[in-house]
Amino acid sequence: MEGLLLIGWIIVKIIAIVLVLLLSVAYITFMERKVISYMQSRIGPNRIGPLGLLQPIADVIKLLNKEVIFPKASNRYLFVIAPIISLGTALAAWAVIPFDKTAVLADINAGVLFVLALSSLGVYGILIAGWASNSKYAMFGALRAAAQSISYEIAMGFALVGVMMAAGSLNLQTIVKAQSGGFLHWYWLPLLPLFIVYWISGIAETNRAPFDLAEGESELVAGFHVEYSGAMFALFFLAEYANMVLISALISVMFFGGWLSPFQGVPYLEAFFAFVPGIVWLLIKLSFFLFCYLWFRATFPRYRYDQVMRLGWKVLLPVTIVWIGVVAMAVHFNISPWFAEV
Amino acid sequence: MGNIPEIRNYTFNFGPQHPAAHGVLRLILEVDGETIVRADPHVGLLHRATEKLAESKPYNHTIGYMDRLDYVSMMCNEHGYVLAIEKLLGIAPPVRAQYIRVMFDEITRILNHLLWLGAHGLDIGAMTMFLYAFREREDLLDCYEAVSGTRMHATYYRPGGVYRDLPAQMPQYKVSKWHNEKQVVEMNENRQGSLLDFIWDFTQRFPKRIDEYESLLTENRIWKQRTVGIGVIGPEQAIAMGLTGPMLRGSGVEWDLRKKQPYEVYDQLDFAIPVGATGDCYDRYLVRIEEMRQSNHLIRQCVRWLRDNPGPVMTDNRKVAPPTRLHMKEDMEAMIHHFKLMSEGYCLPEGEAYAAIEHPKGEFGVYLVSDGANKPYRLKIRAAGFPHMAALETLIKGHMISDVVAVLSSLDIVFGEIDR
Repeated sequence: MEGLLLIGWIIVKIIAIVLVLLLSVAYITFMERKVISYMQSRIGPNRIGPLGLLQPIADVIKLLNKEVIFPKASNRYLFVIAPIISLGTALAAWAVIPFDKTAVLADINAGVLFVLALSSLGVYGILIAGWASNSKYAMFGALRAAAQSISYEIAMGFALVGVMMAAGSLNLQTIVKAQSGGFLHWYWLPLLPLFIVYWISGIAETNRAPFDLAEGESELVAGFHVEYSGAMFALFFLAEYANMVLISALISVMFFGGWLSPFQGVPYLEAFFAFVPGIVWLLIKLSFFLFCYLWFRATFPRYRYDQVMRLGWKVLLPVTIVWIGVVAMAVHFNISPWFAEV
Repeated sequence: MGNIPEIRNYTFNFGPQHPAAHGVLRLILEVDGETIVRADPHVGLLHRATEKLAESKPYNHTIGYMDRLDYVSMMCNEHGYVLAIEKLLGIAPPVRAQYIRVMFDEITRILNHLLWLGAHGLDIGAMTMFLYAFREREDLLDCYEAVSGTRMHATYYRPGGVYRDLPAQMPQYKVSKWHNEKQVVEMNENRQGSLLDFIWDFTQRFPKRIDEYESLLTENRIWKQRTVGIGVIGPEQAIAMGLTGPMLRGSGVEWDLRKKQPYEVYDQLDFAIPVGATGDCYDRYLVRIEEMRQSNHLIRQCVRWLRDNPGPVMTDNRKVAPPTRLHMKEDMEAMIHHFKLMSEGYCLPEGEAYAAIEHPKGEFGVYLVSDGANKPYRLKIRAAGFPHMAALETLIKGHMISDVVAVLSSLDIVFGEIDR
């Protein structure tokens, strides 16, 4: 009986996280359109609902009402499975993200590994979609996406190795707690090169501009999901944005102290902001990185396929390897305040 | 050995329905991995038989078709056609009309280059450029509208001058469902004076806008990685392939019909011809950016001259240009002229003429053969974009798929003109 209750409670928590996540994804699309509009000196959606706030709802209804077209020469099963894999992995990774001191769905010790594993699995969604569509454009998109995601996962993984070494743990909650002590104690400062590498790889990993060559509008039309329509396209869309939020959350957790207050250790301000729950700080940090995603999209031209590869292997990877050595030395000699012996 | 599969190159269709095909280009690409082995452009999907249509209509009726050739540099197309007719007739428009034509040619050049810049940016992924370019185009299209009544297909140039003089009052926005009084006052701020005042105001802020574009792109590392050394063509080969305009100047050949074979009043105006060094996409980009600055400078000179020198804008040769309506009501001869011109049109002397102008895309030429009738015996249009299109394969061979998009948009092609 008690076991059943526990499972029920976990399911309630999962539903809560997924619902909030999907709703926020819907409004991130709205935010994206608005933010980019103002950057491009136009207004953006403002017709549906007050200030256009119902626009994402209208989009969802539109997509759900559209026919799902299966190309005749496609592989039907894989064609259906691909978007499910994409969205499933994007959502599952949220299980280990700590929202607050105690609020985390699964406080497991291999949290970082879990996230890495799921983000690697996400590539299968793209690969299978591209292959199952039996379309040349989709195939190109899938190949590019696969090569890109795999290359950047290595740089990303190495950047995380630095974090693990600094915190001495794979548990995301422990990593957050290891950063306590204020703004300058967060890992962005001692691990600055790793933070930047992780950020860039994160953008590449989610196939967003300027690394959006897997779906490069002007080259491959829509890349791997060119043959998808209606609800199945919506799944890919959701997965892409859920991944964006995930990467932003991970950057906040691993380099910006997660739910920790930035005013820790600052006299007066710390006490003044003590009432703010940790999740608010996390959301503020997360929103900033999300905003940067949109900002980059409005500013940068798109990289070419080989240039992305070159950046990943010849620039980001060596940087991470060198800095891991530096971190190793710093940890070994207990350089304070970041790596002081506990 | 029978089990080893035969490895073949991948062939696929790029267009005619593709976001970067610039209209209706169908490009058959053969790729080895991501590297282009062969590119075979198929043209003709937008063929509208403009040249044939012209053979069955009085001369003036075809001016409107010229707008629809290269639909982003409308008045320049008209200019080429009108010049050919004038050459055969042996008439010259009044000086004021020549200045107006030069001014609108340069406005058109900016219009064209802005659209090109926007599309080029969009194709390489810098989508914000597109909307910035359209913001400025809006003002220039308003100039088109003020002078001809329509924003694109103006039909403003006529043999013997231009259709009418520049309006003394710039049209203004009115309060509507979408714009309240306060917004309208703001929007009309630079529309208080004449059209020339409005253009002057534009030329004052436009150089700053170009600086903004440049700050977004010129030194951007991704932009440079995508364009430097891509689609290189040397000066000899560029000449041999018949490239003109910015395509040729990007390769370092200083060739500009406005300087080399001056028409209208270009020989009295001050401007420079920008040239590139290597002939890659980046140089062509720089050349076009500088051309916009030069055009801006030319427009300012024209506005200054036009402000000080009022006068007729149409020839008084009544065998070519109709009389004014007022005149027509009182004068029998004017009435007859009007009737003849509106029904039959005018006849060109037997012979042939070729007139070329420096169109924003290159040399736009019109070759006219007349048998003495009121319509051409044959009209041949030399579209600037056609040789550029033909050079595509040379330019992209060995590059990657993403570069096709960059090179294609740096050619600045419009299918209305290529397919005719």
